[in-house]
Amino acid sequence: MTDLYATQRAMRNMRKAAMQRGVIAILDVGTSKTACLVLRFDGPEKFTGEDGVGSLAGQSSFRVIGAATTRSRGVRFGEIDAMNETERAIRTAVQAAQKMANQRVDHVIVGFSGARIRSYGLAGSIDLQDSVVREQDVARVLAACDVPDYGDGRGVLHAQPVNFALDHRSGLSDPRGQIGNRLSVDMHLLTVEDSAIHNLLRCIKRCDLEVAGLASSAYTAGVSTLVEDEQELGAACIDLGGGTTGLSIFMKKHMIYADSVRLGGEHVTADISKGLQVPMAVAERIKTFHGGVFATGVDDRDMIEIGGDTGDWEHDRRTVSRAELIGIMRPRVEEILEEVRLRLDAAGFEHLPCQQIVLTGGGSQIPGLDGLASRILGNSVRLGRPLRVQGLPQAATGAAFSAAVGLSLFAAHPQDEWWDFEIPAERYPARSLKRAVKWFKDNW
Amino acid sequence: MRPLRAKRPARRLRRDPAPSRLSYRLHRLWLTPLIRRMLRIGLPILLVGVSAGYYLSDETRREAIQAWLVEQRQAFEARPEFMVKLMAIDGASTELATDIREVVPLDFPLSSFDMDLEAIQKTVSALDAVASATVRIRSGGVLQVSVVERIPAVVWRGREDIELLDETGHRVASVIARAIRPDLPLITGDGAETAVPEALNILAAAKPINNRIRGLVRMGERRWDLVLDRNQRILLPEENPVAALERVLTLDKTQDMLSRDLVVVDMRNQMRPTLRLAKTAMQDLREIRTREERIDNQ
Repeated sequence: MTDLYATQRAMRNMRKAAMQRGVIAILDVGTSKTACLVLRFDGPEKFTGEDGVGSLAGQSSFRVIGAATTRSRGVRFGEIDAMNETERAIRTAVQAAQKMANQRVDHVIVGFSGARIRSYGLAGSIDLQDSVVREQDVARVLAACDVPDYGDGRGVLHAQPVNFALDHRSGLSDPRGQIGNRLSVDMHLLTVEDSAIHNLLRCIKRCDLEVAGLASSAYTAGVSTLVEDEQELGAACIDLGGGTTGLSIFMKKHMIYADSVRLGGEHVTADISKGLQVPMAVAERIKTFHGGVFATGVDDRDMIEIGGDTGDWEHDRRTVSRAELIGIMRPRVEEILEEVRLRLDAAGFEHLPCQQIVLTGGGSQIPGLDGLASRILGNSVRLGRPLRVQGLPQAATGAAFSAAVGLSLFAAHPQDEWWDFEIPAERYPARSLKRAVKWFKDNW
Repeated sequence: MRPLRAKRPARRLRRDPAPSRLSYRLHRLWLTPLIRRMLRIGLPILLVGVSAGYYLSDETRREAIQAWLVEQRQAFEARPEFMVKLMAIDGASTELATDIREVVPLDFPLSSFDMDLEAIQKTVSALDAVASATVRIRSGGVLQVSVVERIPAVVWRGREDIELLDETGHRVASVIARAIRPDLPLITGDGAETAVPEALNILAAAKPINNRIRGLVRMGERRWDLVLDRNQRILLPEENPVAALERVLTLDKTQDMLSRDLVVVDMRNQMRPTLRLAKTAMQDLREIRTREERIDNQ
């Protein structure tokens, strides 16, 4: 675990270096597309707002100067399947984005959807030595969290303190300097499969890029699509991606739960391909042009040319009605939403004060999806598009880019994570000079 | 019969849009600001520098370039708008004009680039008869020399020759004989030419006896003698010669002194003006006195 923290700290330093240089790239490696955005930061981050977030929700400090997408290859369920192919896709996207930005980028923040994310709620508490909460006390209470056994071959991706409580007062966002006897913390821990991360990191290293941060796209999609009051009062963001469907629950501006369903738009395409006996590319095209989930009477007469190039006239002239297409698509979409429902139930979503559900991702563009989703998931469902970011091309403002846009917000204003806090003095090895310095600092 | 070969699509789509690793790296290298600046500015400068250096490394080429440059320069200087065709002299008498033409030997037409106007101005100013000179090239290709001439004020008879001097004592010209300029007063004696302003003051004061003045003689390089006709001399003091002369003139006016048979009026000692009579004057005086006494006695 300390090993992973070391890499996370190294990434934070890398991010700092990138901020100084002013240019950072965002790479969203998805199952169906790889997107790269190049961000330019205008000077150091300044906290201008009086309280809460500043103007434009703090997004005015950066600007998108390059954007490119390409079809992902060698990625299945958001995990790397064929590394060379993925590397090529990343190279294509990065090169095109660099060309548009006319600037070289060396630091990249990576988002990915797969790797079987699993979230844990942690709690820890300590008695304060003196009655005032200091930085060291925060570090100690974070260290006092009892980490669950999340299994071999898994690593921590996000570890965010969600809530601090001091004696009987809960819901503190920053306990430092306050007076109390017992400090406790709730933390949200997100673990992923190590091997998937390592593959991804290796892939990016082979593109001569330095990783300045890692984030789960379930989380970043929520960051970019949920508006402020939804994040505050509680909402779930469902990112219907190509290979996986990410799901993240936000409350009090913190992610409190995230999960992913290993089903996505590509399964719908595969169903169409199998059902109509057409290639995947044609199936994808039919899905995007004619797809839907609610059949009406007129759909029986809406005939879709399927095409084909076998040379057999009968085979090449096949048509299918839109109702049939919907009949193929709907069960799969329903299955995905049912799965999401199960995960939400498992997370205790129904206990939240506000149960807003936001659908985003490329899959959310299926016509009529919101109606179907409200039947399965609950009443308050809306379709979400990512926040508007300065300089983002029109083509990249759609729902499919919510994870990428969220990543750029994440790059600009990362959430405080465990590794951003001080290391408790006890954690330093004994006889270490640092520990001595720390002891002096704390006691004088 | 239909051709068996299938018709090929006009342009085959590239299967792999991904850049090769080499082209990716080259692109990144190209986007590196330092490399980019070096290639875009440094490399052309280097290329031009190297090629120019190589071209100039040959002696004959360098000479050719030099010759070409000289030729271009000459062609430019020889353009008609820069040619000076004649010299115009203003404010000079004809003799002075010929003198100026003599000392400034230019054969027109001549390019204005080949003329050293300052040198010409110096040469012209160096002429004795010239008080000041300005030289410029007027439009229309005329070298304009404007001269202010020195006006001779006195004739100075030196040990060797006779010269005309202006009021400051600067030489204007030589003359063969004093009679050439009878209108100017004559001064002589060693060091007379250095005290011309004083001499002119004395001469101005001596206006009432102007018709009798022969000249001024500098004595011992310190004081003046005013020489009148009938070999009369007025010896003026070193200091305040004009005041002394005015005293003499007053005496002359009241007692008609200078018309008497005097040889020298010595004013050198202010307290004691002295007269020297002519040799025979005393005898004449005595004779006159005895004759008068005889008449009285009769």
